[in-house]
Amino acid sequence: MSLRYVIVGFILPSRRPRMGDYYRSEDLDRFTEVGRHSPELFKKFLAWYTAALEPGALSKREKALIAVAVAHAVQCPYCIDAYTKACMEEGMSLEHITEAVHVASAIRGGASLVHAIQARNCSDSISL
Amino acid sequence: MKNSTFQQRVSGALRGPLRSLELATLQVNLGYRCNLTCKHCHVACAPSRTESMDRDTADAVLRALESGPADTIDLTGGSPELNPHFRRIVREAHALSKKVIVRTNLAIVHEEGMADLPCFYRDHNVEVVASLPYYVGDDVDRVRGSGTFVKCIAVLRQFYELGYGHSDGGTLNLVYNPRGAFLSPDQTCLEAEYRRELGSRFGVSFTRLFTFNNMPIGRFRDFLRRTGNLEAYQSRLVAAFNPDTLDGVMCRHLLSVGWDGGLYDCDFNQALGLSMCSGLPKHIRDFDGAALEHRDIETDEHCFGCTAGAGSS
Repeated sequence: MSLRYVIVGFILPSRRPRMGDYYRSEDLDRFTEVGRHSPELFKKFLAWYTAALEPGALSKREKALIAVAVAHAVQCPYCIDAYTKACMEEGMSLEHITEAVHVASAIRGGASLVHAIQARNCSDSISL
Repeated sequence: MKNSTFQQRVSGALRGPLRSLELATLQVNLGYRCNLTCKHCHVACAPSRTESMDRDTADAVLRALESGPADTIDLTGGSPELNPHFRRIVREAHALSKKVIVRTNLAIVHEEGMADLPCFYRDHNVEVVASLPYYVGDDVDRVRGSGTFVKCIAVLRQFYELGYGHSDGGTLNLVYNPRGAFLSPDQTCLEAEYRRELGSRFGVSFTRLFTFNNMPIGRFRDFLRRTGNLEAYQSRLVAAFNPDTLDGVMCRHLLSVGWDGGLYDCDFNQALGLSMCSGLPKHIRDFDGAALEHRDIETDEHCFGCTAGAGSS
């Protein structure tokens, strides 16, 4: 442990967030605090977010499943909690959720892998 | 009657207290003994429970059915089939031309001496209401005990072969309960999924699916408390209060009779020992249809379970 860490930790013991303080469940309920700054932007975000999740050509159930898959792809613990519950309240089980996460993971993995073509193109362009 | 948050919400919606609209059904709890020990059971039933309706009380139930306004008897438990007077009640209620509903866990048919139950139900035109918390075995067994799902599906097949669940056959309604601290989905959507999955996976069908919320009482409340979910679940129920459900809540259409003959506004109040309002008969031997038909209903915070979302009665 460095001397600097010890000093800063000593001076500001209660205000300095620790890594273990990240992603506390109760912080999700404080989401609207983000709106204290730039309230108009936050208001627009909420309106857009709400509208995007309303049933349309896709049902509420389908949207919950998309949301839980994306939550895993972007690795958001808040969203994983919220949309796992939403999926279960839409009558789905871990069978549905796990399949959806596999789809998200496969696309994410494939997206990395397909870039190997870029490496091949680059390699080809500078190789004899 | 205490002035609970629920009562305040009801008063705001109805401009008055919650009152029964009719007495269409006598819902009779024949006892707490059950062949299963389901994790969501609000009555905390189990094979070891000994509470069971006796002959005199069963006779009083039949007298109330014959003389009172109810045209339906709805038998529940525990496993109602384990009560020694169960078959007599069904036969006599049928002979009175009353509609007979039995709430069964299906798996009871695998117990000794119960194999003929599906035929008995068909012969007495019994409407079957069967608990099936999901159409996937692992999910059901987690709630109801290992091996239960396979038994339930085998019994559903028997009912289906006897004509239950066919458009022109007997009525077989299934009941979905959430398998944890979350609310029920839309009934219509889930019914379509149950129909598709049970048909394609097991070749069986049913009449209707009812989606109920779990009441935060009994064994389910213990689970909520033990896992730190109680406060959030209760808040979820309160936030989902839907005044449109108030016309259909069960307490406005039935009278609940406990295994010992005690009278309650619903099976949940019975499980809690929450008696009816003062001045009303307290026991089935004192049954008075006129007094009970349009009574004030005793409520408390658990009642949010019946009014959350699309309702739960």
